[in-house]
Amino acid sequence: MPLSTQPPASGEQYVLVASLDNARHLSSILRAVHFQDHATCFATVNGLRVTVEDAKCIQANAFIQAEIFQEFAVQEESVTFRINLSVLLDCLTIFGTSSLPGTSTALRMCYRGYGYPLMLFLEEGGVVTVCKINTQEPDELLDFDFCSTKVVNKIILQSEGLREAFAELDMTSEVLQITMSPDKPYFRLSTFGNAGSAHLDYPRDSDLMEAFHCNQTQTNRYKISLLKPSTKALALSCKVSIRTDAQGFLSLQYMIRNEDGQICFVEYYCCPDEDITEAEL
Amino acid sequence: MKCVITGSNVKVLGRAVHSLSRIGDELYLEPTESGLSLRAVNSSRSAFAAFLFAPLFFQLYEAGGRQPDRELLRCKVLMKVQHPPPAPCPGTPKAPHCSGAVPGRVTVPVSVPCPQSFLGIFRSLPSLEKTVGKCLILLKPRASRLVVQLHCKYGVTKTHNLAFQECERLQAVFDTQSCASSLCAPARVLAEAVVHFPQTLAEVTLGAGPGGKISLRNYVEDEAEPTKTMVTELWLAKEEFQTVAVAPGSRITFCLKEFRGLLTFAEASNLPLTIHYDVPGRPVVFTLDDAVLEVHLVLATLSDPESGSQPPTANGVSHLPAPSDDFADDLESYMIAMETSAYEAGSGVPPSPTFPLHTPRPAESDPEEEEEEEEEGAVPGTPPHKKVWDGHGRAWGRAQPPPDPHLSPQFRSLFFGSVLMPGGPGPAPTQEVLAEDSDGEY
Repeated sequence: MPLSTQPPASGEQYVLVASLDNARHLSSILRAVHFQDHATCFATVNGLRVTVEDAKCIQANAFIQAEIFQEFAVQEESVTFRINLSVLLDCLTIFGTSSLPGTSTALRMCYRGYGYPLMLFLEEGGVVTVCKINTQEPDELLDFDFCSTKVVNKIILQSEGLREAFAELDMTSEVLQITMSPDKPYFRLSTFGNAGSAHLDYPRDSDLMEAFHCNQTQTNRYKISLLKPSTKALALSCKVSIRTDAQGFLSLQYMIRNEDGQICFVEYYCCPDEDITEAEL
Repeated sequence: MKCVITGSNVKVLGRAVHSLSRIGDELYLEPTESGLSLRAVNSSRSAFAAFLFAPLFFQLYEAGGRQPDRELLRCKVLMKVQHPPPAPCPGTPKAPHCSGAVPGRVTVPVSVPCPQSFLGIFRSLPSLEKTVGKCLILLKPRASRLVVQLHCKYGVTKTHNLAFQECERLQAVFDTQSCASSLCAPARVLAEAVVHFPQTLAEVTLGAGPGGKISLRNYVEDEAEPTKTMVTELWLAKEEFQTVAVAPGSRITFCLKEFRGLLTFAEASNLPLTIHYDVPGRPVVFTLDDAVLEVHLVLATLSDPESGSQPPTANGVSHLPAPSDDFADDLESYMIAMETSAYEAGSGVPPSPTFPLHTPRPAESDPEEEEEEEEEGAVPGTPPHKKVWDGHGRAWGRAQPPPDPHLSPQFRSLFFGSVLMPGGPGPAPTQEVLAEDSDGEY
């Protein structure tokens, strides 16, 4: 009998074993950070973190807590590997993306350690698929050094309020300008496109505003092309936390509730655009 | 100009913009004392639409500027935005703390919808209805901005500052009174009739049959092979219409795309639609009338070489029609640009470089011209000009005729064989175009 078809025992030979009775819980979150082909995965006893970066300017992290999994065993302090995210997603959805009601794909994920492939055992309706995805040398990742003590302004919005705004963003504008202020206009999104500018203002007493903690007026610009991928996470999320630090680095945290009511987070960090002249403010 | 629209009227305005977007790529806004007029014309000048919203349509309507003697400002804005070639980035983003950070490749995704245009603001009609409570339109000539502000649910305010161009009055001249035939029907009846035609169909023929029955059939070109074409024809009984006053046996062919756009608006607004038409080749005028809204859609019709009722302009290029008694009527009823002030300069030099100039040339020069036009791109859903005007209205088929300073301006109007004297008054010099704007002045 070929070795690969033997069901893996959760023995010591694997440094990471995780099982999930609905693989969609994982695939939908991973799709929210899927704007580049490759991702770096970290597993600790707390759960799994999947990081994707682009242009050395944006970093997206998907956090899937250990509680989401039915089984989550990590033998080392942390397990790190790089993987082709497109392939991983293709494998996770190998039985199709739109599951019929009452059917779900069960997943068992095993990793033996450095140099070994990631093994996926997927089962739906008695059919089992075994996938082996080669892992790669983990990349050096950006450290945005974004800690909550350095946060200058923070707003928590219901995602509904931001979804339409992002869907309507003027893509002829190079940048999205975000203004956060303790005074009017409180929270403003601006674009500067070919045919003119557009401003979107959210008052602080709006029902969409869950929390408003702005200490000083900040106006920063971010490349729309960098922020656009975060709309995937926005579409899934119910709330979003928008934070900036003194240098203007932006953190967007999306709270995502899955079908079973469990909560996961997707986080985006983005660098500000450098040249902003007084006249343009 | 300042106006405020509230409640469900925002959606009506949105639907009007959608309907106008079927016609042209630019929207002409003209505040007048009798209301706000929104107009559009297609690039081949064969379709024109005007929506006039009466002051009562608005919660607040101020047409004028502060100076009473100053003429009201007219402007045009982009209806849709074409995507520009990617521009070089002015600034590189700051790199975060990381060793060996190299400014990476930034991929710029090309998105399809773009809101920074008039249509973009009103793109989603359902969300307009659901979220927008109030719409404020403000024309700021000093700042050269047309401001459209949407006050939405949850106190969210969307402010769009659109660049605009000042322009001349866009006016098609037509007279529904002089049309021999007219029809009036609920929009639903006509909408349910045209739904049977494929979306790709360019033109439809409307005909009057015996007993006041009205037929609609897809237009098939003469050259089309009979074995490979399908004809769809349907008849509407006289009872379906509110009024039928048609010349027996009359039939006209016009573009379906623009008509469908108006039907969608009329059906949603639950308004009856009146069709005024005359002989083939003369424009068909569709009107909607409401207490606070007046809509006109003027479409060119195909001239019919088989029928004897050719308009006087359907002769060959080199044959100038003889002036007839109803010449003045023709002037009124044709769709003509009233370029009211473009000729005030009075010099022999044409004031607008985009204004078409034609010398009476023999027919051999036509292929050359057509080639040129093909490069400029045909407008889908619009009949090619040669079909409409049999080589006469060349200006109808081209969006931006190149200026030719070597041609004498006195040959400007071939349309009626009249000769324009420099500085001469009247609309005659512009009769070869349906509606000319003043692009060239800027």
